[in-house]
Amino acid sequence: MRALTWHGKHDVRVDTVPDPQIVNPRDAIIEVTATAICGSDLHLYDAVIPGLVPGDILGHEFMGRVVDTGPKSTLKKGDRVVVPFTISCGACFFCQQQQFSACDNSNPVEKQEASELLYGHAMSGLFGYSHMTGGYPGGQAEYVRVPFSDVGPIVIPEGVPDEQVLFLSDILPTGWMAAENCDIQPGDSVAVWGCGPVGLFAIQSALLMGAGQVIAIDHYPHRLALARSLGAKIIDFKQTHVLEALMEMTGGIGPDAVIDAVGMESHGFSPDNLMDALKQKVGIGADRAHALRMALMAVRKGGRVSIPGVYGGMADKFPLGALMEKGLQIRTGQTHVQKYTRQLLQRILEGEIDTTFLISHRLSLEDAPTGYRNFHGKQDEWTKVVLTPGTKGT
Amino acid sequence: MPRRQSDLPLAAAVLALTVGAGLAAGAMLKSPPRRPPDSAPGRTARRSHFGGYQVAGRTVTINAPRSRLYQMWRNPDHLPDFMEGLAAVQVSGDEVTWVIDTPDGHLAVETRLVEDRENEALAWRSVDGAEIEIEAKVQLRDAPAGRGTEVEAHIAWRPQMGTVGQWAARLRGTDPKVRGKQELKRLKMLVETGEIATANNRKAG
Repeated sequence: MRALTWHGKHDVRVDTVPDPQIVNPRDAIIEVTATAICGSDLHLYDAVIPGLVPGDILGHEFMGRVVDTGPKSTLKKGDRVVVPFTISCGACFFCQQQQFSACDNSNPVEKQEASELLYGHAMSGLFGYSHMTGGYPGGQAEYVRVPFSDVGPIVIPEGVPDEQVLFLSDILPTGWMAAENCDIQPGDSVAVWGCGPVGLFAIQSALLMGAGQVIAIDHYPHRLALARSLGAKIIDFKQTHVLEALMEMTGGIGPDAVIDAVGMESHGFSPDNLMDALKQKVGIGADRAHALRMALMAVRKGGRVSIPGVYGGMADKFPLGALMEKGLQIRTGQTHVQKYTRQLLQRILEGEIDTTFLISHRLSLEDAPTGYRNFHGKQDEWTKVVLTPGTKGT
Repeated sequence: MPRRQSDLPLAAAVLALTVGAGLAAGAMLKSPPRRPPDSAPGRTARRSHFGGYQVAGRTVTINAPRSRLYQMWRNPDHLPDFMEGLAAVQVSGDEVTWVIDTPDGHLAVETRLVEDRENEALAWRSVDGAEIEIEAKVQLRDAPAGRGTEVEAHIAWRPQMGTVGQWAARLRGTDPKVRGKQELKRLKMLVETGEIATANNRKAG
């Protein structure tokens, strides 16, 4: 089959690789009909997430048709499914708490050692990501082996276009969980750093959950325009002092909740961020945490901090004092996708949530490297790339 | 079920370890002021050598009743399913021989079942004159709040004339500590999900 493979920093290629097979009883094989490039794929593209091996198949946002099933799969050949990026067994303590991204049993035993060293514990397996999360071959491919296919994939009714439901695989539940982690009370002010796909879906979700106002912070004009079109107020950090503006826009209180939808590759030219960028470059500090630092400073006393943005290692000059003295609460984590797919599919089918506004470019899988280059280099216009195997794209 | 009490020095050493490292530490002359023993299992002590024995152990919580896990350990057919590199387990009465795959061929570790309490504990000890002097024990306890069973496994072995070093090296260079932990995780996967997770896209072989 054809698949997008990682070969090093800013080097991804479409290669011919062996087709996947059913390996374990609960597996299914999916023929991919649509797959997307995620903002977190750019962390892999930039080689700032540890644990990739040349030849790894990337991609964790995908959907398709079931073409083969193991004896314990509950799917049927021909089913159309969206597959969560988190691989979860459904049976362990964590899955039963609906903390699916903490699944004990999906990350292969020998792959857990590095995570235990770096994080104290190993998390669930993920498709198309670091070998610390299993190194499972990903979805930017013609076919994918889906373990625990009786737990993760959600069957989509015929007649619903791929593009309406594809983002159930990751970014829509991620944006939703980011807003849920804010514990939004009616009328709350919520500030969101980063108007990428997750930030935009978090804005949409926060408004649906009853936020009084959502204030979006970014510097890309097109992305800010998308945030505004969803109903957010916007702050362009290139023209405005963010902390002052947030205080003034919240009656001198500060936002009740803040969302860092930026993560470890924060932009900007503040001294802390330049120092972080330098250290990331020479490999002595993994994470650039400028957006998170700002969020911790901005949030009101006793406020809530939600971090959907991806971090992988250590951060310097973390404002621990602000966290403790202001009595903040932090909620974060890889998304527990399976917890949200059913209710969000329902909201999509009822027309309450539309996710297709995000898609800026549609390409053939063969053109995936172009997609990576532009999603990385032209973030203002390239808001979301959807790849289709075996087509010419538009 | 028969209950076998051990009176050999090796078993006594293991027992002492599980009681707590603190006792032993307190007896050491060079550690004033005297520290009262703590609640931690002996194998988590900062030292790893206990009177000539190496000790490793691990606890894992598995979402299954004790009886199921007891059967997994008691039935020699199940053991190679989760113990990597274990080619076979041969049982003849109380004698249990563990046949381990190594790059140099099979290594047979002859042991005797020295403790067998149904749904509670199993222990094996190497027979006199065995190439490796070793004792392994599995204990099963109900986990709190209905979380299933706490499975605690530990081994104690005497590194003699480099045998263990050689043995460990044969086992793909893996530390027995890591090995034991990984085997318990595989057991958990097998019991909780019916399969052992792999990222391989194709069947082996």
